[in-house]
Amino acid sequence: MAGPPPDGDPAPADGSLPASAAIGSAGRAFGVYLHVPFCAVRCGYCDFNTYTAKELGGGASQAAYAGTAVQELAFAASVLSRAGVAERPVSTIFIGGGTPTLLPASDLARLIGGVRDNFGLKPGAEVTVEANPDSVTPESLAALAAGGVTRVSFGMQSQVRHVLAVLDRTHDPKRIPDVVKWARDVGMSVSLDLIYGTPGESLADWRSSLEAALACEPDHLSAYALVVEDGTKLAARVRRGEVIAPDDDDEADKYELADDLISAAGLAWYEVSNWARTPDDACQHNLAYWRGDDWWGVGPGAHSHVGGVRWWNVRHPSAYATRIDAGESPAQGREVLDGQARQLEEVLLRSRLRAGLPLKEAGLHGDPAVLLAGVLADGLVEPEPAAAGTVVLTRRGRLLADAVVRALLP
Amino acid sequence: MSPMAHTAPEPSATAPELIRNFSIIAHIDHGKSTLADRMLQLTGVVDQRQMRAQYLDRMDIERERGITIKSQAVRMPWEEDGVTYALNMIDTPGHVDFTYEVSRSLAACEGAVLLVDAAQGIEAQTLANLYLAMENELTIVPVLNKIDLPAAQPEKYAEELAKLIGCEPEDCLKVSGKTGMGVPELLAQIVKQVPAPVGDPNAPARAMIFDSVYDTYRGVVTYVRVIDGMLHPRERITLMSTKTQHELLEIGVSSPEPVPTKGLGVGEVGYLITGVKDVRQSKVGDTVTNYAKPATDALEGYREPLPMVFSGLFPIDGSDYGPLREALDKLKLSDAALVYEPESSVALGFGFRCGFLGLLHLEIVRERLEREFGLDLISTAPSVVYEVTLDDKSQVTVTNPSEFPGGKISEVREPIVRATMLAPSEYIGAIMELCQERRGSLLGMDYLSEDRVEMRYMLPLAEIVFDFFDQLKSRTKGYASLDYNPDGDQVANLVKVDILLQGEPVDAFSTIVHADKAYTYGVMMTGKLRKLIPRQQFEVPIQAAIGARIIARENISAIRKDVLAKCYGGDISRKRKLLERQKEGKKRMKMVGRVEVPQEAFIAALSSDDGSAGERKK
Repeated sequence: MAGPPPDGDPAPADGSLPASAAIGSAGRAFGVYLHVPFCAVRCGYCDFNTYTAKELGGGASQAAYAGTAVQELAFAASVLSRAGVAERPVSTIFIGGGTPTLLPASDLARLIGGVRDNFGLKPGAEVTVEANPDSVTPESLAALAAGGVTRVSFGMQSQVRHVLAVLDRTHDPKRIPDVVKWARDVGMSVSLDLIYGTPGESLADWRSSLEAALACEPDHLSAYALVVEDGTKLAARVRRGEVIAPDDDDEADKYELADDLISAAGLAWYEVSNWARTPDDACQHNLAYWRGDDWWGVGPGAHSHVGGVRWWNVRHPSAYATRIDAGESPAQGREVLDGQARQLEEVLLRSRLRAGLPLKEAGLHGDPAVLLAGVLADGLVEPEPAAAGTVVLTRRGRLLADAVVRALLP
Repeated sequence: MSPMAHTAPEPSATAPELIRNFSIIAHIDHGKSTLADRMLQLTGVVDQRQMRAQYLDRMDIERERGITIKSQAVRMPWEEDGVTYALNMIDTPGHVDFTYEVSRSLAACEGAVLLVDAAQGIEAQTLANLYLAMENELTIVPVLNKIDLPAAQPEKYAEELAKLIGCEPEDCLKVSGKTGMGVPELLAQIVKQVPAPVGDPNAPARAMIFDSVYDTYRGVVTYVRVIDGMLHPRERITLMSTKTQHELLEIGVSSPEPVPTKGLGVGEVGYLITGVKDVRQSKVGDTVTNYAKPATDALEGYREPLPMVFSGLFPIDGSDYGPLREALDKLKLSDAALVYEPESSVALGFGFRCGFLGLLHLEIVRERLEREFGLDLISTAPSVVYEVTLDDKSQVTVTNPSEFPGGKISEVREPIVRATMLAPSEYIGAIMELCQERRGSLLGMDYLSEDRVEMRYMLPLAEIVFDFFDQLKSRTKGYASLDYNPDGDQVANLVKVDILLQGEPVDAFSTIVHADKAYTYGVMMTGKLRKLIPRQQFEVPIQAAIGARIIARENISAIRKDVLAKCYGGDISRKRKLLERQKEGKKRMKMVGRVEVPQEAFIAALSSDDGSAGERKK
């Protein structure tokens, strides 16, 4: 969960949801995000809610954390039930961080068990864990698979040492093929995360990272342009002039190179920053975010969304644990979206998908040829789906997705 | 020397022989106001407790800039050899833009105190005003001020003054306005040296308006010097330029608060109140006469105020257009020289094209609008008035470069000025170089003293309003001073340079420049805009053009990436809010063709240093 929490309204202490949250819930998928707020070291570019101190006390300690998180799952079940939200088995679980694999596999299995116990798990549900390449072993991966994990996403970031150094990543890039193989061996689907645009990264560096990642034949690949977030060590280094800020044009070149190489390797884009070998390999959990489904985010700083209500938990693990122990909602703030905000979100999220944004479903009525005239003329959307009233971004359009959204909004 | 006078001569009944009318000619920081304050105290018209620093300068802006924008007249009694005289001190505005007002103030006097800082010597404007006084045949009383300063060089500057006015160095009085030293002696010399006014008490009344001030409570207060005859309260008067009539509701003298009197006679100086609400109805230089018994001839020297410099004033917040109009309407009541008409600009929205006497006048008006009326304004680069003759002989007066005719032009005339610059002689080369760059021609050069020189140039006014004073100051380390006066016009090879965004002209950046400078302007402005205008989804050429001919070009390359790479659960609210803000921001964008330009970009292009003129206080 990036960045500072948004400004919102106060959230009720009992976590209760407005009646509007339940409307249409039976037709939406339900997912759970589990946040693990611990890292061995904090990376210079990262503004996620994560802590390196192992001595966070009480329910916030690394050892007690799984127990605290499971308590929130029970709390979630009662809140949703009281609000009249349809009871659905969970379709997807995503355990992110932080570094989830800093917790013992048994703790992660306990979290998955908590989801199963409180909501039930759909047959074939996708259960993803984020992992650092240097925090897994064949044994730990086997234990995770046994605990119910079906998919692992490795934070590879780059193949190039000087790039990894700027990012403060400590893993050995040579280890990547091994960890991918170990995960495969225990039957997991594998995704690799890459970052481009790191200060000092040449186009050739980026190409070698892409080639190395593709050589592992992952099922899924994510490639993110580096964003220098306020308040990070990297932002301070940029401000002091020690490293040069990422350049949009350079990142555009790298995006295009990524799309070329990844496509040539047989993966297809299904979201601006994500490619999958087959449609089934797309991350179902993330798709749910973009489709506006429901999910409950467990853990400090985690965000949730149920039927047009978004809320976010207090960020500090100790404050979080205190609330949970007291039987109170850990939410720090929330917003109940009005029609306009929901429309904006729908446009902004669905237009990022290869499946596209059907204009009518987002309440954008009128002749698509007129609505899309500008973005068509600029080559930002595909003409054929456009004619049928669906916005599908061209590659140029993917790089200018925000401009497309601004053009589409009434 | 005399103590304070015991009985003051009664206004309206003071014999001309007992009246002395004088001005103080001085450079801004040479201590005129301090000296005037000391006189007010010594003559007892203002007591110590009432004394604010620099009583005469009323407006905040005046006080901050150390200049007097509007003059006033104060009547002070002073006893000399047992006779009590009425001294009228007529304050003069201290800036180049108000030369005409200065000339009228001087025309109301018989004498002038030439006040020069004993540590700095005479400055260009003082010199110009001295020449004005000498043309008006005023008696000059040379005075060196600040002689208490350690850096004072009274001997050196006494010689300078003596040379200028043709007296002996030892005739220069030495005073300190700060300590009061020498001030009684100065008052005595004023009585002795300045001639008494002369006029015909039996002729039809004629009084010259030398200042006209708007007062919220009393309407317009008009300051006059009576030349002939007498003015009485309650009589009807005629203003001779406009032939308008008014009733004299009140007549009086300032000492320095207004004191009503039974009238004003020959040689007297005072104020009139007629109930008019707009200073335009009571203009400086005009002649006041009696309606029933009018004079046949007006006094000489009346002139309509003529705006010399024009600039567009636009509210930064478009909804402030109405308040801006109201503010200008109010300012107009107290500023006879301010003219304006509505103007709309593609880049800047709705505003007003305003005419000013000069750059300082522009800055004062702008500052008053911002400070007194709380408006945030942007002003376009100052422009002068061009007379354009087309091939078909028709004539067009251009005050706004965007209205420069595009057709066949046979001749363009531009206003020129006679400029005087005073500086230490080591800067002769620097000044010559600057004037050369600005199309100046040297008229003459004189040494005021061994190491100080007066240089006279003919220069296009347009070159003066474009950053000249700042350049002069920076190239002479601040030592040079400048004064200039309009001196007709000349034919010049002038062209209009348009700035085009994607082929669309941006009116606010059109300018009229000499053909030789068009390229430089084009390169400068296109370069500046390239840095200021955000990249669009398409390439945007920025061109400078004379008519259809492109003389400079820059490109804003198309933006290639505008997308948040990661957009997961916690990013969504942030992202939505960002887009909502961008949507709001889009409303404030100015569209030039398809190009979206934030107004801030236009403002930055107009306000940065090398763009518009930035002449500051003199």
